[in-house]
Amino acid sequence: MAETNTRPRRGDRSPWNWLLVLPVVVPLLTFLFNKDKPRLAGFPFFYWAQFAFIILGVSCTTVVYLMTRRGSGKKEG
Amino acid sequence: MTGRHLTEIIVFGVLFVLVSALGFVAARWRRPDTMHSLDEWGLGGRSFGSWITWFLIGGDLYTAYTFVAVPALVFGAGAAGFYAVPYTVVVYPLVFLVLIRLWSVSHVHGFVTPADFVRARFGSPLLALLIAITGIVATMPYIALQLVGIEATLKAMGVTGHLPIIIAFAILAAYTYQSGLRAPALIAFIKDALIYLVIIVAVLYIPHKLGGWGHVFGAAQAKFDKTPAPADGTLLNANNQLNYAMLALGSALALFLYPHSVTGVLASKNRNVIKRNMAALPAYSFVLGLIALLGFMAIAAGIKPITAKGKADGNTIVPLLFDHMFPSWFTGVAYAAIGIGALVPAAIMSIAAANLFTRNIYREYFRRDASEAEEAKVSKLVSLVVKVGAVACILLLDPQFSIDLQLIGGVIILQTLPSVGLGLVTRWFHRGGLMAGWAAGLAAGLWMLYRIPNPTTHKAHFGGSAYPLSDLGFDTKVTVYTGILALLVNLVVGVIATLVLKAVKAADGVDATRPDDYYADEGDPKVTTGTREIEAELA
Repeated sequence: MAETNTRPRRGDRSPWNWLLVLPVVVPLLTFLFNKDKPRLAGFPFFYWAQFAFIILGVSCTTVVYLMTRRGSGKKEG
Repeated sequence: MTGRHLTEIIVFGVLFVLVSALGFVAARWRRPDTMHSLDEWGLGGRSFGSWITWFLIGGDLYTAYTFVAVPALVFGAGAAGFYAVPYTVVVYPLVFLVLIRLWSVSHVHGFVTPADFVRARFGSPLLALLIAITGIVATMPYIALQLVGIEATLKAMGVTGHLPIIIAFAILAAYTYQSGLRAPALIAFIKDALIYLVIIVAVLYIPHKLGGWGHVFGAAQAKFDKTPAPADGTLLNANNQLNYAMLALGSALALFLYPHSVTGVLASKNRNVIKRNMAALPAYSFVLGLIALLGFMAIAAGIKPITAKGKADGNTIVPLLFDHMFPSWFTGVAYAAIGIGALVPAAIMSIAAANLFTRNIYREYFRRDASEAEEAKVSKLVSLVVKVGAVACILLLDPQFSIDLQLIGGVIILQTLPSVGLGLVTRWFHRGGLMAGWAAGLAAGLWMLYRIPNPTTHKAHFGGSAYPLSDLGFDTKVTVYTGILALLVNLVVGVIATLVLKAVKAADGVDATRPDDYYADEGDPKVTTGTREIEAELA
């Protein structure tokens, strides 16, 4: 079969993808958050900071998804 | 048996029966023309949208065992057990770009298992067989552990003996056989509703009764200060920080190599569903973090694990905490959440293991011309065998053996990363190099696990996954996660072997996939089985 189809070459490349590095790296840097103070509602920093990383992860992946999705006019059922 | 336990058992029983009925009805849900193909039985027709996928993958990854074992770990060791949170934060952005490639290439080629992909990518049925066997071996103890989750709740209700477990798994086996992946997908809705309800109530109500979060953490620190073990505490110390980060990263790398995770991903209907879920699944991580903290609440509430034959069963602390704090009817709801939480992943795991057997062993080595209907029939039967095996594991062997095996499972499944994970991104590796790396990584991983003792349980070997660097002669108390170290060995051997094999121009397999296949989406044409292979051989 010859490569005669005219479909444009597709790809997943986007500068937005670099945003994914942040939530992969930050939660692994234990020296940043292995402390007791400041406390939040009785939670040591170690615990509430890691809960906050969940929000960081969600935000970054959401932005990347919104910025890289294809056929955004099509609604998913 | 007290009246209190009777109420719990009745509530538990009613919810369990309700869910089982749902499992059987699921065969009619989004009814396909025929159930007689792996696409329908094993992947729900590859048709699940964002919501179903969210519940399905959530129910798949955050298992009953997690709900019981993570707090048990926090109860025993403190901060080190909280790694489950960074692990489930890191995983989604890490696999975001890779999973959509896996979905696309599987969509084009009709792959059902990760080993299907490896076979086509590297033109090597042997490598695919190794990947399939690794997947099955890593998944089996995981299924068995789901039973440990149910058993823990039964123990706390005062129910002993093996009959209830056998009945529960027989029901599970029957509706998985009939409904395939649709059963766990439908049950996952109920499971998650119950889990969210129980956990939200628990984290609002229990700390309030115990005198606030500050007091909960204070009680935990006081307990850890009194123990002789140096590694526990509400914070990490200098020696286990590296292990904490490596365990989180290693577990994240391993998660989507497990066949049951791949099953959940391939069942979704397009790329956007996967991307959306990578953004939305961390909602479960939030719940998981709160569940982990139940371990500290149990300390503050003065819970003592049930002891059997002189060994304390840490897995019973969450059920006991609920029993201690909640009115009996709500305890029944909480137990049902854990019990049903075991059924969803157990069903998906057995389907995934069965698909691996059917596609990469039965079809490859016994019946090359197996029809779609025959494949579905074999998978259904094997899913039964897998469950019988899991029950036998728990009944005949010490449950500790399953826990050890699951620990090993995480390390060995990581050894498929170069073939499956890196294979999705690059075709640089030689099939022989991948096999050599796999073997070296497995050997190194098992050797290290064997060398790890556990002083608290008086075990000389397989005492955990934190490998002390002093064992290699380094003058340090730092521990590292075995899985990552074994993966490094795997990669180094894989790269060297590939360079050598390329230098001597050893025959390599033919890649049946094309670059464009990795970007295909819903509605794009699929190749029929075999055409690409034939084309490739003619070329």
